[in-house]
Amino acid sequence: MSVKDLLQKLSEASGVTGYEHAVREIVIDEFRPYADEVQVTTLGSVIALKRGARDAKTATVKAPAPKVLIEGHMDEIGLMVTDIDHGFIRFAPVGGFDARVLLAQEVIVHGKKPLRGIIGSRPPHVMTEEERNKVIPIRDLFIDVGLPEARVRELVQVGDLITIARKMVSLKNNLVAGKAFDDRAAIVTIAEALRQLAAIKHTWDVYAVANVQEEDGAWFGGAFTSTYRINPDVAVALDVSHADQPDTTEINAVPIDQGMGIAMGPNIHPRVHQKLVEVAKANEIPFKVTAYPGPTGTDAWAIQVVREGIPTGLIDIPLRYMHTSVETLSPNDLERIGRLLAHFCASLDDKFLKELNGEANGGEERTGTRKPRNAARKTAKKRNDHAA
Amino acid sequence: MLLEQLSNARGVSGNEAPVRDLLIEAIKAHVSEYRVDHIGNLIAHKKARSARKSAPKVMLAAHMDEVGLIIVHHESNGHLRFRVVGSIDPRVLLSKVVLIGKDKIPGVIGVKPIHLLKKKERDQVIDVEAMTIDIGAKSKEDAQGAVKIGDYAAFATEFGAVGDGLVKGKALDDRTGCAALVEILKRDYPFDLYGVFTVQEEVGLRGARVAAYAIEPDVAFVLESTVCDDSPKKKDVSPTTRLGDGPAITLADRSFISDRRLVHLLVETAKENRIPFQFKQPMIGGTDAGRIHLTKEGVPSAAVAVPTRYIHSPVSLLSLHDYQNMVALMTKTLPKLTKL
Repeated sequence: MSVKDLLQKLSEASGVTGYEHAVREIVIDEFRPYADEVQVTTLGSVIALKRGARDAKTATVKAPAPKVLIEGHMDEIGLMVTDIDHGFIRFAPVGGFDARVLLAQEVIVHGKKPLRGIIGSRPPHVMTEEERNKVIPIRDLFIDVGLPEARVRELVQVGDLITIARKMVSLKNNLVAGKAFDDRAAIVTIAEALRQLAAIKHTWDVYAVANVQEEDGAWFGGAFTSTYRINPDVAVALDVSHADQPDTTEINAVPIDQGMGIAMGPNIHPRVHQKLVEVAKANEIPFKVTAYPGPTGTDAWAIQVVREGIPTGLIDIPLRYMHTSVETLSPNDLERIGRLLAHFCASLDDKFLKELNGEANGGEERTGTRKPRNAARKTAKKRNDHAA
Repeated sequence: MLLEQLSNARGVSGNEAPVRDLLIEAIKAHVSEYRVDHIGNLIAHKKARSARKSAPKVMLAAHMDEVGLIIVHHESNGHLRFRVVGSIDPRVLLSKVVLIGKDKIPGVIGVKPIHLLKKKERDQVIDVEAMTIDIGAKSKEDAQGAVKIGDYAAFATEFGAVGDGLVKGKALDDRTGCAALVEILKRDYPFDLYGVFTVQEEVGLRGARVAAYAIEPDVAFVLESTVCDDSPKKKDVSPTTRLGDGPAITLADRSFISDRRLVHLLVETAKENRIPFQFKQPMIGGTDAGRIHLTKEGVPSAAVAVPTRYIHSPVSLLSLHDYQNMVALMTKTLPKLTKL
């Protein structure tokens, strides 16, 4: 499936945080042909393992192949039924919705059967000037499914999920717009990387992961738990970031169709960052370095502190109008990122692992000799504590 | 279904041709003659089956145009500035897809992501003047190659069934009236009937005025899709009309007072034929009747409408029962008309 077709399929599927099952089926189908093994974690994340071609005789580091994790989250922001009010449905957001983008949207209410609905808006004819100048809070919005109250109560219950009904749209210059590109676009780049890795030799085991529960706001349920299971040596998270768009002065904006952002900051292991930059340059893949002074608001923030700490990188996928139903991006960027990921995974070798184990997140000096991984991490941790 | 074709067709005020073309195809086998006047109205004439001396000349009007957008400027970054045509609450525009110009260039009305908003900004309504359409153009020149200043944009909403006997779509105001008028024109009447599909209702009842002047009717009816505000509210305000309670008869709105003899005829006919009906809450909105009734020395006029939720937004909703009952009410009422 082409990058654009897969993006469309994933975008139009429904998978609100905590209820990712429909998307998971698509992800499994997409990852399986390229993977040696596919697992689903306790919380529902998908882990596809593609084993590296490792020659045990020449390997200088531990016998099992080192592990690289590439991941994105497959959940999307959505709405949840909170009440049935005279046959109309009241709802609350799951994830960060701007109340202003919800009015007059078509939705699907995932009741006993999917119901087409509309988030109603009062016509201008009946509103006062004062009413028109107010943002209607989400608790005052309602969904109309065109059924009598008794039928609504039969088919819909409190807690049912609601998604925006949006088909992907093709714009000029091969851009596309739609919902849930955050973060299904990352899943597309990972699928693309797996596809390319079928033809590129890599010695490390590649764990391609589609995580659940990123949009819940704070606790990154998918990223914490699947990373714990895998215990990778290196991880790269992929998430959307704000592209060039009107009315913003975002310093980290990476223009659409010009590659990607390779993130830097306390969330990022400098050597992983550096490696991503090297691979991008070597393969003439365009990028911009983005700097995050604190939390990146992505799974990378969780992954970095799993177990004893994981050297983590982050790739920004340029996206306009995040958390609306017209998120806009360039599939060209997704192809580029897929290619970067594939070459990054293929570039990982024993030397890199040694370097990594000698270099802490935030430390520039190297120990020179490899220590057992955990010991190296302990040392690193101590050094950090000392620095602090 | 004709209503489906009409709803999906794009005809923002001033650019009704695609809708008019569909309507010409739909009516030409059923009328004696038709013409398109200088402003764009489609005027169909159906001659009396057997003319009586006392037979009135009757005008039925439904408007072809819909509210929408017009492109006014290309930004240097390739984004498009626009203004609304007709009355649209700017709050319904964000995060929507539109189709621009005759090539139907898709564009999206984006908005600054919630992550980048200051707390204060979240509570601020964004003016139309501050919004842009993104068609994916890289530069001003790139955008100019695809979209011209003055191109119209309509919502990219697809007509479809919803719930129990309801349909959703854009521009149901007033393609509903147009579809009903086509149905009505398929029958014969003992008087000369002028079926007028008007232009530019949404920008000031422009088309109806000149059509009525040309026709000089004795009686006029306007067929509409009207405000239905029957969702639950904290304040006890009128719903204007209620969905599913039958066609709404206007007593008076902000544009005219219905001729009470015509209202009486409609009500009596509805009762005789057990056709459900309701009165629209007075003094809300306006219709082409507002111009027609002032034509020359005056034309007794009435308006009948299908209650429609969420009109003037990208997607509205109505009951097909209400629609069918409006057609039934009109086809039962018309044969009873005499000169007033």
